[in-house]
Amino acid sequence: MNINTTKIISLLFFIFSAFYLYLAYQIQVFTFDENAPFNARTFPIYLGYAGLFFSGLKLILPDPNTIKVEHKNLEYKKTGILILIAIIYGATILKVGYFLTTSLFLFASYYFLGERRWILMFLLSFPFVAAFMYLLHGILDIYLRDPFLQSIGVMG
Amino acid sequence: MIEGILIGLTTALTFQNILMVMVGCFFGTIIGMLPGLGPMTAIALMIPITYGFEPATGLILMAGVYYGAVFGGSTSSILLNAPGVPGTVATSFDGYPMAQQGKAGKALAIAAWSSFAGGTLSAIYLLFMAPSLSKVSLSFRSPDYFALMILGLTAIAAFSSKGQFLKAMMMVVLGLMLASVGQDSLSDITRYTFNNMNLTDGISFVLVVMATFAMSEALTIILKRNDPTSAAKQVSLTELGSIKINKEERTKMYKTIPRSSVIGFLIGVLPGAGATIASFLAYGMERNVVSDEEKEKFGKGSVNGLSAPETANNAACSGSFVPMLTLGIPGSGTTAVMLGALLGFGVQPGPRLYMTNPEIFWSIIMSMYIGMVILLILNLPLIPYIARILAVPKNYLIPLILFFSVTGIYVMSFNNFDIYLMIGIAVVATFLRLYDFPMPPLILAFVLGGLMEENLRRSLLLSNGSWEFLWDRTLTACILATTILIVVWHIYKTFKRKN
Repeated sequence: MNINTTKIISLLFFIFSAFYLYLAYQIQVFTFDENAPFNARTFPIYLGYAGLFFSGLKLILPDPNTIKVEHKNLEYKKTGILILIAIIYGATILKVGYFLTTSLFLFASYYFLGERRWILMFLLSFPFVAAFMYLLHGILDIYLRDPFLQSIGVMG
Repeated sequence: MIEGILIGLTTALTFQNILMVMVGCFFGTIIGMLPGLGPMTAIALMIPITYGFEPATGLILMAGVYYGAVFGGSTSSILLNAPGVPGTVATSFDGYPMAQQGKAGKALAIAAWSSFAGGTLSAIYLLFMAPSLSKVSLSFRSPDYFALMILGLTAIAAFSSKGQFLKAMMMVVLGLMLASVGQDSLSDITRYTFNNMNLTDGISFVLVVMATFAMSEALTIILKRNDPTSAAKQVSLTELGSIKINKEERTKMYKTIPRSSVIGFLIGVLPGAGATIASFLAYGMERNVVSDEEKEKFGKGSVNGLSAPETANNAACSGSFVPMLTLGIPGSGTTAVMLGALLGFGVQPGPRLYMTNPEIFWSIIMSMYIGMVILLILNLPLIPYIARILAVPKNYLIPLILFFSVTGIYVMSFNNFDIYLMIGIAVVATFLRLYDFPMPPLILAFVLGGLMEENLRRSLLLSNGSWEFLWDRTLTACILATTILIVVWHIYKTFKRKN
């Protein structure tokens, strides 16, 4: 059997399905529901077996359409940085507020992707977010929590 | 029906709704043009904006985005040979050679007129077919619905996977597993929440769509930025040529459009098939019916070769609304996203939608006509300007997509957990995409997961735990037989390809 990344993904999915199936059997159901034709654990059990079946077949059967990914051509570093910025953005958005974190997120993302036109970067972050926030909060009446703007008295 | 059309026109022709169709078509065209971003991404990005709207208005906006994105996909196919959506891959076969011959303007005009004709004709078919199908579908019972969902999921896996049926089926199971997180709908017992309160209500549909499409598309574009195989080839966007279509070309289109629209609509109606299959089939059929002289031109800039897939893909878009509106079963990944949005509005699609919410049902159908007209008026004169948007630097585009994705989730839940979960799912989806695991089956399965469990529950309880319900009713047995036929046909095709 030829081992390639698709097979490894299938193996991981097989293990995941086995774990899912194990948890399905652990789902607590009401005593009167225990022997019912259908209870809260029935569907997950079928899904667990279906996952084992399809990933098992993928593991066993030969794979004529092997996907070859040229890892050296992939931009792992920039993608990783972008994901990290998004995580920091997610972590601070509630505490700091929508306006500042979103603007900084956009500005930092432009920068790390290689952009250096500072005026354009600024226009497409701070004023852009302000306009978008006005659209959501002011026009569409969607509440946006913003402790930063509240602390400087811009938002009520 | 006349009454319904009038109700639909009254709703669709309000100032707000006409504005929404225009905005939807415009933004859909722009987003659809950008390679890698298709109608699903475009509609997913629109969901948070539609929160404040009436259901009919929100859906009209999304329908406009859908048509716009499909047309936009044709523009990048013709100008860059980089289809924005899979449904416009066949458009590039003759559209791109035409553009290289200095006839890009003409190619875009042929695409615009063919899309308009295909969309309009199929909206007429939809007008007549949807109400009768609604009546037929009232006779559907739980086992039939369960079988229909199995058919839809199998079909989308078979058609969307390009020879990777097992991978697509794994994605179907993953989508159903994600849908099973949270409280059981009947007993309220929590499943797979790991005592995390944030998971009690399950994973949000918008979160999964944003993560697997918008966000993972953006990450994939960055990841493959230096990949020479995926680099878009630029053509001169300043030399578009004339957009006038001469008499000979018009005559060719008159013959191609009606037959391609019928194929497109019928394929669109089938659950799981959609615009991609429709456009390829229409292209193949057109090649078989034209004269030998014209056949020689296919692949080198044929008018028929461009008009056929363009007509069919737009016709399939309207067709895919039939199972969604009448059965509550989406015909494609895009309509699955729209079904999720409908459920979010508190509207249950299905045979009763026609009776309980006629204004939604008919206004969507009527807005399709209006959308087609607006798309044509908007796009023909704007072709030279719209084409320049293709030059938007990725350095700006990617952060903006991420921003819309995070904002969409933030305004919905106001908690960090959902943002982390979205990033996590997006990273996994990006990795899976690298190895050709298709995402549309996952979304369709996620949307159908709850309904599927519900119908299986009812069927099993009614049959006292026996699986005989699968062949007790003729309708259920027929649907399952079709499912088996699709699987057998797919296995046969795979073996044929291997040999």
